[in-house]
Amino acid sequence: MTALPERTDRKLGLVIDLDTCVGCHACVISCKGWNTENYGAPLSDQDPYGGAPSGTFLNRVHSYEVQPPEGAAQLVHFPKSCLHCEDAPCVTVCPTGASYKRVEDGIVLVNESDCIGCGLCAWACPYGARELDAAEGVMKKCTLCVDRIYNENLPEVDRTPACVRTCPAGARHFGDLSDPASDVSRLVSERGGVDLMPEQGTKPVNKYLPPRPRDRLARDAAEPTTGEIDVLAPFLEPVAETPQGFIGWLDRALEKL
Amino acid sequence: MHPAPSVIVFTSFSGLGFGLLFWLGIGLPAVTGWTAFAFFTIAYLFAVGGLVSSTFHLGHPERALKAFTQWRTSWLSREGWAAVASLIVMAAYGAGLVFVQSRWPVLGYVGAALCLLTVFTTSMIYAQMKTIPRWNSVLTPLNYLSISLGGGALLAGQITWAIWLLLAAGVLQIAAWLRGDRALTDSGTDLASATRLGTIGKVRAFEPPHTGTNYLLKEFVHVVGRKHALKLRVIAITLMSALPVLLLLLPFTHIAAAAAVVSHLAGVLTARWLFFAEAEHVVGLYYGAHAGKAA
Amino acid sequence: MTHHQPELDLSPKVSDEVRKTTCYMCACRCGINVHMKDGKVAYIEGNRDHPVNRGVLCAKGSAGIMQHNAPSRLRAPLKRVGPRGSGEFEEITWDEALEIATGWLAPIRETAPEKLAFFTGRDQSQSFTSLWAQSFGTPNYAAHGGFCSVNMATAGIYTMGGAFWEFGQPDWDHTKLFMLFGVAEDHDSNPIKMGIGKIKARGARVIGVNPIRTGYNAVADDWVGITPGTDGLFILSMVHCLMKSGRIDLHYLAQYTDAPVMVNADETSPQHGLLLRDEDGKEQVIDRRTGKLCAFDAPGVRPDLSATYEVDGVTHRPVFHHMAEKYLADTYAPEAIADKVGIPAKRIRAIAAELARIAFDEAFELQREWTDFRGETHKTMTGRPVSFHAMRGISAHANGFQTCRALHLLQIILGTVEVPGGFRFKPPYPKPATAHPKPHSGVNPGAPLNGPHLGFVHGPDDLALNEDGSPARIDKAFTWENPMSSHGLMHMVISNAHAGDPYKIDTLFMYMANMSWNSSLNVGGVMEMLTDKNENGDYVIPRIIYSDAYSSEMVAYADLILPDTTYLERHDCISLLDRPICEADAAADAIRWPVVQPDRDVRGFQSVLCELGAKLGLPAFVNDDGSQKYADYADYITNHMRRPGVGPLFGYRGAAGRQTGRGDANPNQLDRYIENGGFFISHVPEEAAYYKPWNRDYQDWAVQNALYDAPQPYLFSLYVEPLRRFQLAAEGHGERQPPDHLRQRIIDTMSPLPIWYDCDSAGTEGYDIHALTQRPMAMYHSWGGQNAWLRQIHGHNPLYLPTNLMRAHDLKDGDWAHVSSPHGRITVPVMEMAALNPNTVWTWNAIGKRKGAWALDEDAPEATKGFLLNHLMHELLPPKGDGLRWSNSDPVTGQAAWFDLKVKIEKAEQIAQTRPDFPAQTSPVGKGPRLLRWKVGR
Ligand SMILES: Nc1nc2c(c(=O)[nH]1)N[C@H]1C(S)=C(S)[C@@H](COP(=O)(O)OP(=O)(O)OC[C@H]3O[C@@H](n4cnc5c(=O)[nH]c(N)nc54)[C@H](O)[C@@H]3O)O[C@H]1N2
Ligand SMILES: Nc1nc2c(c(=O)[nH]1)N[C@H]1C(S)=C(S)[C@@H](COP(=O)(O)OP(=O)(O)OC[C@H]3O[C@@H](n4cnc5c(=O)[nH]c(N)nc54)[C@H](O)[C@@H]3O)O[C@H]1N2
Ligand code: SF4
Ligand code: SF4
Ligand code: SF4
Ligand code: SF4
Ligand code: SF4
Ligand SMILES: [Mo]
Repeated sequence: MTALPERTDRKLGLVIDLDTCVGCHACVISCKGWNTENYGAPLSDQDPYGGAPSGTFLNRVHSYEVQPPEGAAQLVHFPKSCLHCEDAPCVTVCPTGASYKRVEDGIVLVNESDCIGCGLCAWACPYGARELDAAEGVMKKCTLCVDRIYNENLPEVDRTPACVRTCPAGARHFGDLSDPASDVSRLVSERGGVDLMPEQGTKPVNKYLPPRPRDRLARDAAEPTTGEIDVLAPFLEPVAETPQGFIGWLDRALEKL
Repeated sequence: MHPAPSVIVFTSFSGLGFGLLFWLGIGLPAVTGWTAFAFFTIAYLFAVGGLVSSTFHLGHPERALKAFTQWRTSWLSREGWAAVASLIVMAAYGAGLVFVQSRWPVLGYVGAALCLLTVFTTSMIYAQMKTIPRWNSVLTPLNYLSISLGGGALLAGQITWAIWLLLAAGVLQIAAWLRGDRALTDSGTDLASATRLGTIGKVRAFEPPHTGTNYLLKEFVHVVGRKHALKLRVIAITLMSALPVLLLLLPFTHIAAAAAVVSHLAGVLTARWLFFAEAEHVVGLYYGAHAGKAA
Repeated sequence: MTHHQPELDLSPKVSDEVRKTTCYMCACRCGINVHMKDGKVAYIEGNRDHPVNRGVLCAKGSAGIMQHNAPSRLRAPLKRVGPRGSGEFEEITWDEALEIATGWLAPIRETAPEKLAFFTGRDQSQSFTSLWAQSFGTPNYAAHGGFCSVNMATAGIYTMGGAFWEFGQPDWDHTKLFMLFGVAEDHDSNPIKMGIGKIKARGARVIGVNPIRTGYNAVADDWVGITPGTDGLFILSMVHCLMKSGRIDLHYLAQYTDAPVMVNADETSPQHGLLLRDEDGKEQVIDRRTGKLCAFDAPGVRPDLSATYEVDGVTHRPVFHHMAEKYLADTYAPEAIADKVGIPAKRIRAIAAELARIAFDEAFELQREWTDFRGETHKTMTGRPVSFHAMRGISAHANGFQTCRALHLLQIILGTVEVPGGFRFKPPYPKPATAHPKPHSGVNPGAPLNGPHLGFVHGPDDLALNEDGSPARIDKAFTWENPMSSHGLMHMVISNAHAGDPYKIDTLFMYMANMSWNSSLNVGGVMEMLTDKNENGDYVIPRIIYSDAYSSEMVAYADLILPDTTYLERHDCISLLDRPICEADAAADAIRWPVVQPDRDVRGFQSVLCELGAKLGLPAFVNDDGSQKYADYADYITNHMRRPGVGPLFGYRGAAGRQTGRGDANPNQLDRYIENGGFFISHVPEEAAYYKPWNRDYQDWAVQNALYDAPQPYLFSLYVEPLRRFQLAAEGHGERQPPDHLRQRIIDTMSPLPIWYDCDSAGTEGYDIHALTQRPMAMYHSWGGQNAWLRQIHGHNPLYLPTNLMRAHDLKDGDWAHVSSPHGRITVPVMEMAALNPNTVWTWNAIGKRKGAWALDEDAPEATKGFLLNHLMHELLPPKGDGLRWSNSDPVTGQAAWFDLKVKIEKAEQIAQTRPDFPAQTSPVGKGPRLLRWKVGR
């Protein structure tokens, strides 16, 4: 049913830490692997060994360069999959009811046997979180690993999305964002987690933790008062100016040892 | 957006088809018998042909019937219902005209309204997309409706209506373009809001997530050169509105009329190509597209 | 209105069975759970119990399924039928293949074993392949370390008995400041990412020193975009600041390093600059308690850093005095070097101050009692929570050895090695250079070599030279040109063999190394050398045998191909004798086992060597009756004994499988490993976890676990005496003398205390832009390119230019440029990057492919838009004034100087194909399918 549920019992989602993501693409491939073998049709690849390879992925890692007004440019790795929006436009546009948002946990899914592959939901998604599988003709998207997180055939620790389980840097967190006491909610409040494109009104469940401030240790010599440099400078007061003086200092210092 | 031929053909022809049906529904021209048959055949060929062509871009056309289920929320579903309803009503109405030589006006007006509704629902599929600021405007339904009505009037031989409506369609088309050119910037969605990194500094897309291509790039990230677009706009507006109006202003000949129709059709196809090709989907921002425009 | 939604099966069956083995999509050796459905590999995930990756898995690891099923897999032994390089082969049987190989090798062994050059790539069976080579009798064996990171390894081992490279790690749980030099990915791929994640979660900080700000450097809190090749200067300048301000750990220096050891100061003596030793060869220090000279390890001794010692009118001064003299000099002041390194002086001081602040002001105590090698018991362990890590960014320069040493010096004066919060060794390290073998090159036709090929030299006497002073090895390892080349020089083998310098060889036997492509400097040159013919029309390098698992560029150049299995189809052994999977808190080793059987006529290479070794009658591979000793590699892993009771695997030894470290062979050992998840782990006791080189408990534990045969405490060598021995020779002392043209270079570069020298070489004037490569995290050298999933992420590679150079050359994204060096020119697409050193360009490593390789279509983007920087490099530097061509490598170790490349850039016409564009090789395995819909459990 493409009407959005009035409310969902929980809001399961991901919190992605842009301060920590090293851009390794591990989450991309573990997602591809899991979802090729599991939920629905395999994620196919066209021309996989040819001149223009392309394929269906549910999670992709961009990278952006940010030039602050002063100081060096920064690089931010930016993983992106479905944000399981509360006001998911992809759901309401769907003519068949294949797209829906689950009441119990807010996961947005595609029921592949109902999907006609019209692509409209992908048009409606501002984030590029949906890809139409070229071989299967149905819409694919992140399932939040709905076939893992409750799966009794998996050990309890593994009932977590494949991308979260695999992320070497621990930059992906999974949990219930409707529960203010959950680890993910706490991370969001402590680290100032944000919504992507808030003006689109989609109310994403997934949140992004912005990178911590960079290059604070010492600024250019040209602006000696702004960095922490002057605070640190006294720590390197010379003990002596000459090697002989240094040996004298050494003798005194050794006495104290 | 990728200007997929199936969607261009669908919107252009079905718009014209339903436009023609609208005029037939309100009894302009008041035809019956074989003449009516001819008009209705053209209208149905255009409307149904357009609809059929729209299924070409479906991954699973055989499941198309499922698209009727979500009329409460989905404009595409509503379009389906509206199209079927107008085609059925107009078929009954047309049957009256063709086979019993009688015009059932109420049925005609209802059918005509449904035809307009169909075009409106089609336009709303696009107009509702917040992700494509260029489309996300009342100008989109006005644009679709005016073209449908103008083109329909042209096909229906309603010269005066056609002249005024085609002029209106032209003006609305230009308005849509002008507004559209600012729409992405005005929408407030840019790379800074897409990444929320704008508070640190100026954001630039660095490496894309893949050197290979994907569905998103093929479907949404289509860039038309500014010069090229301008040329096509001139062609579109000339063929769609200016030339047909001029031809209609000339003393009537069948050749001129036919030329006006062909010109209009070519103009609409061009305008529709631009409608899709120029549409900037905000997902392109993630890939560093529209950088010049959003700056 | 009620909300309808489909019923979902939330607990679908995941797999029929999970088989636990070890990943081999790179050399990190993570544990994997291979999910099987219908006997096929369905999904690969990380093994949560595994010490290396604890459940996580990188992109390559998860994509292993595509590697394992790649269409490029070789299918049967191949015999070349077309000309070399063409890729034209016919499939033959294994019997035929082994007969050919035996036919070539047996006569060589009987007459001149050195005519076989056996070199292996990044395999993990070097203790096995070296045994084979030793048993064959050729001195010409090495693996890839010589071009990879031997600077890192030797600098670490000579200085501290352990290196960053695979054998150490920061104390992720306690460190508060982690400083990373020149690392894009490293072998420790997952552990570094896990570690960075861990310290970030704690709010600890990272400083990244790298000309390029991607990956780890992008998440670093502070980025230092240094000028390539100048790290040594930057580090020594920080050493200067720290020493000058007395912010150094004097206690640590006195107790655990050679800083207090006396240096012979008699300039006329052949011992000048050597350490003062007693009759037992032990280094001498002055005991502060008595003021007397004594051995460094005398019970309770308090070595004095300051005292001098007078004998026969010559004043001996401790190493620390030499350090003060050297590093307090104004030449190392930040202001003096700031321009050269491209970092403002204030920033250098600030970073040094921050290191000191964290090391000393945020020091902490762990309440753990431990006893040092002098018998003294300490109530606590002092933590200095500053840690460092470095890799090829500092080691792949011609000054890399000394730069790595400089970094160790910095670590050591801060007292941060093997203390809580600092850098920690992984077993079998720490292990001083003196505990390693020395290199051997004694050849006896028909008999084994006189000892292991590789090792650590301690002076001119240990060099691998013939009587006449000529190099004993084909790669000229352990010669005056690069005396401390502990890993050999694989990158020189083909060019030396082609030149017949120092001699000609008959058969080149290679394993798992793409030498005709991304593994060589000077790709075009190597392709020519491999195909060059002499006046008789015979190939200059007469025979080439190669083992690969895939249709790589190198396959096309071999005469005989021995096709290997994939990593899921064979036994492997990741052994403590080799490059194990240990963590700082544990010794551990692992295996691979055939989780699926090959569906092609391929065999595990090591098993093939067992059979070939037997056919050749190599003593290590035959029983007394001449029969084959090891049926296959699994048999070898289980039954081989390196020393009494010590075999390839240290777990589950003894007939009952209850012994660790030492014990008889256990016929069920592999099964026990499989039951245990593919690995075995033995934890370091808490009280032994730090101060390992000096910690009695650790030393005893290491002996128990058969890491050593006896305790071997030692001092860190800030002053590396073997270097001084080479200098002494160059100064004219001793029997073995270097050729005159090398004397000055040896004196200049082989300083026993770390130094920095410029690696700008003569003949490169006008080429002043640094050109670098980086490992992409989601791609492994050339192997990744055949992977249907990974090649969508990295299918081609632009050259990244800093903003200023883009502007200067009027370039915009997607334009093309000619990039040239004194050796060649390439034409490639460019992209802009702002977070980049302003005088550096770079690209991802090894993305470019030769057309026709890897079962890819000829129009694959890897071949049309991808490229290698290697075409711009050469194994030799441009000729000098004297006409001599010096090797493009570190003068101490011979490590290839990949990152010394300097180039010139010009805008080019827009073209559709990168240059150079080599003709396609024929694919012996055909092409891949047009569509993948991979799902084994449909
Ligand atoms: N420009 C530039 N060049 C470089 C470097 C650089 O930094 N910059 N780095 C250098 C370094 S450090 C290294 S280590 C080299 C690495 O370069 P190479 O050693 O050449 O590494 P690969 O090409 O990945 O792998 C070598 C071969 O192993 C084969 N192989 C893969 N799996 C198996 C298997 O299971 N069995 C067998 N028998 N073969 C297998 C592959 O098919 C491939 O042909 O590149 C070097 N080249
Ligand atoms: N994913 C993946 N992992 C791999 C490999 C792979 O191919 N892919 N290869 C494996 C192999 S064989 C090896 S040897 C290791 C190598 O692992 P790394 O040492 O991480 O190798 P590189 O990618 O060559 O990274 C060298 C880094 O040094 C920087 N650099 C270059 N010159 C300088 C300099 O003068 N100063 C400083 N400070 N930095 C400098 C470069 O910008 C680059 O970031 O990785 C191993 N791991
Ligand atoms: S796996 Fe983790 S660190 Fe790697 S790209 Fe994904 S989120 Fe980033
Ligand atoms: S991210 Fe896109 S696909 Fe996912 S719920 Fe939001 S709008 Fe829908
Ligand atoms: S593609 Fe499928 S899921 Fe998406 S809107 Fe169309 S029918 Fe619904
Ligand atoms: S939650 Fe599952 S489906 Fe979604 S991105 Fe992660 S791995 Fe892919
Ligand atoms: S780092 Fe990746 S490729 Fe390397 S062994 Fe680990 S999982 Fe495999
Ligand atoms: Mo390497």
